[in-house]
Amino acid sequence: MPIVNRLCRLGRQIYGRRTFSTQTAAMKRMNLVSAINNALQIALESNPRSYVFGEDVSFGGVFRCTTGLADKFGKHRVFNTPLCEQGIVGFGIGLAAMGNIAIAEIQFADYIYPAFDQIVNEAAKFRYRSGNQFNCGGLTIRTPYGAVGHGGHYHSQSPEAFFCHVPGIKVVIPRGPSQAKGLLLASIWDPNPVVFFEPKWLYRQAVENVPEDDYILPLSQAEVICTGTDLTVVGWGAQMAILHQACSEGRQAGISCELIDLQTLIPWDKETIEASVKKTGRLLVSHEAPITGGFGAEIAASIAERCFLHLEAPVSRVCGLDTPFPLVFEPYYMPTKNKVLEAIKASVRF
Amino acid sequence: MAPQISTLRRALFMPAIASRFMAPSALSRSFSRSADEDCSTFTVDIAVQFKGHNVEPPAQVVETSAKELMKFFKDMSRMRRMEIASDQLYKSKLIRGFCHLYDGQEAVCIGMEAALTKEDNIITGYRDHCTYLGRGGTLPEVFSELMGRRNGCTLGKGGSMHFYKKENGFYGGHGIVGAQVPLGVGLAFAQKYEKVKGVTFALYGDGAANQGQIFESLNMAALWDLPAVYVCENNHYGMGTAEWRSAKCPEYYKRGDYVPGLKVDGMDTLAVKQAVGFAKEHALSKGPIILEMDTYRYHGHSMSDPGSTYRTREEISGVRQERDPIERIRKLILLKEIASAADLKSIEKEVKNEVEDAVAKAKESAPPDPSDLYSNAYVKGYGTQAFGCDRKHSTVVLP
Repeated sequence: MPIVNRLCRLGRQIYGRRTFSTQTAAMKRMNLVSAINNALQIALESNPRSYVFGEDVSFGGVFRCTTGLADKFGKHRVFNTPLCEQGIVGFGIGLAAMGNIAIAEIQFADYIYPAFDQIVNEAAKFRYRSGNQFNCGGLTIRTPYGAVGHGGHYHSQSPEAFFCHVPGIKVVIPRGPSQAKGLLLASIWDPNPVVFFEPKWLYRQAVENVPEDDYILPLSQAEVICTGTDLTVVGWGAQMAILHQACSEGRQAGISCELIDLQTLIPWDKETIEASVKKTGRLLVSHEAPITGGFGAEIAASIAERCFLHLEAPVSRVCGLDTPFPLVFEPYYMPTKNKVLEAIKASVRF
Repeated sequence: MAPQISTLRRALFMPAIASRFMAPSALSRSFSRSADEDCSTFTVDIAVQFKGHNVEPPAQVVETSAKELMKFFKDMSRMRRMEIASDQLYKSKLIRGFCHLYDGQEAVCIGMEAALTKEDNIITGYRDHCTYLGRGGTLPEVFSELMGRRNGCTLGKGGSMHFYKKENGFYGGHGIVGAQVPLGVGLAFAQKYEKVKGVTFALYGDGAANQGQIFESLNMAALWDLPAVYVCENNHYGMGTAEWRSAKCPEYYKRGDYVPGLKVDGMDTLAVKQAVGFAKEHALSKGPIILEMDTYRYHGHSMSDPGSTYRTREEISGVRQERDPIERIRKLILLKEIASAADLKSIEKEVKNEVEDAVAKAKESAPPDPSDLYSNAYVKGYGTQAFGCDRKHSTVVLP
């Protein structure tokens, strides 16, 4: 079968059928970059007090997610910042505190750490410590995360776990173009600060039909992509494609997996996962970030606590290794399809 | 927008126009004595005026010798060849990941090495291939590391952005811009504490100059009179953003405010040597100083950047014609009759062969052992377990 057809079929299998706020919308083939660009356009059109800023966003950004926005909406609404992440986020918090929609871009998630203090100590606590007098809910921080095959230590990290430990913000990770558009718009309109991680590996690889209209997907709602009876598999972002392949191969081996995309990591949809685990009795969580202290640990502990009597096997985690993200060793580090499949079989055999 | 572009162009080419009026001392040399050994000194005028901020600039003349000039020529030619070879290796996918090339900026690291010793420390960002070579690195180590092989300078685990040479005071090689500068201040503190007569040179670019941590650490260095020299390698573009679009004050040597600064023509090796010697003395006796090197890179930001979407090809070729550091040294050598054009050509050929041999050798070396994935996460022998992907079957005791 020609490679294009094969990819399209894989795309449809992974991204599935969605229900959107308008079901009769026209569809357009978009990749992840265009979907995000589309979402940003809609946001900038809908609210005249919305702004997109970050390093190099003016010409379109290093991944082209912000192409054409400066031309269309003006340089006073889509503008570059100097090279200062702490400054970018702090500035965004202030802008949002005055009732604006501040969409900040951190060029790579690996660079987000200078802004960590601002996110944790300022953004997450603003509403709380001011007794609801102030808030920075209009802030959305977009940042590309995850492995690309050759990114090395500082262009491949998945730092989502650090932010999941912070009450007061939301962490959202889409798995493909249609989810990205809906979730990004939802994050932008959500009255809480959101950190939105975009799987950079899928920027051009993931292509599908995306509704052209303005729609949102609900936050804090996990999505069951394939139903199954033997094992619940949970993941997010780029890892979903790997998990989907592993589940397909599992099905061939006679294992029926229920695949769930968490989508929002905090606050996460405990109900959907619990309902699934109560049905299947087994859970496997998989993410690219290192296993120790990764967000899979939170899911595993929560489910073990709430579904203990329903579990037939220990909760399984297939994640990155406990090392800095390596350069030449990336293939060893990554939670590949084969590692996931092994763990699926081991869980079922327990 | 137009006035600002022409200001930038003027700034780039002014030093070149001035250099046409360079007035050398009139001394003729015969070719019978080998230029490589001739240490007798003579002075050369520095064409572009130093600009001082809260400090009296050094003299506009510098002492040099035939031997030194020949060394400059050879070392810079080697660096230039190395970067061009790296470009080709990247395009043939033997080097993967990120590769930031330094060609055009060679005068900065060569001029620095001429004024420094191995007692001094250098710490820089990711554009570090030539800085590493200047600090005593070898070509095979460079190419092996770039291609991720085990006999690279960082055992194949670092790649282009992470070259280190501890024994020669080269502290790398850093991916996060600006983060290396506070580290440099810490190194300077250690030097002062241990009463080592050395200075730390912390290098960063014009893009990184807007990072908060640079100002935080500058305050510490000034407060405690640390022997730290901040070197802003201003190649005028932070990735694709010109300096005037990212900085309110693109005069980076003035940004220290209470810390003195000096602006140097970074394409003139001898000017760099003079300025660095001056800065070292200042740092040892009075405290930190900022050097702004007015330099230029011919390649784009990295190998994924063509380098021509934010600047014109005329600008790039103009700088190459007017201000190229290697050509400058070549002209000086020929003018002072230290060597003939043919001699210099043969040096370039020699260097080209060196580079080709090193590349061939590196291509043959092996990648690191898979067990090296786990090594050096913690100190050796720590005994900590690192969990493999599923935490049950593969646990590794870290070597």
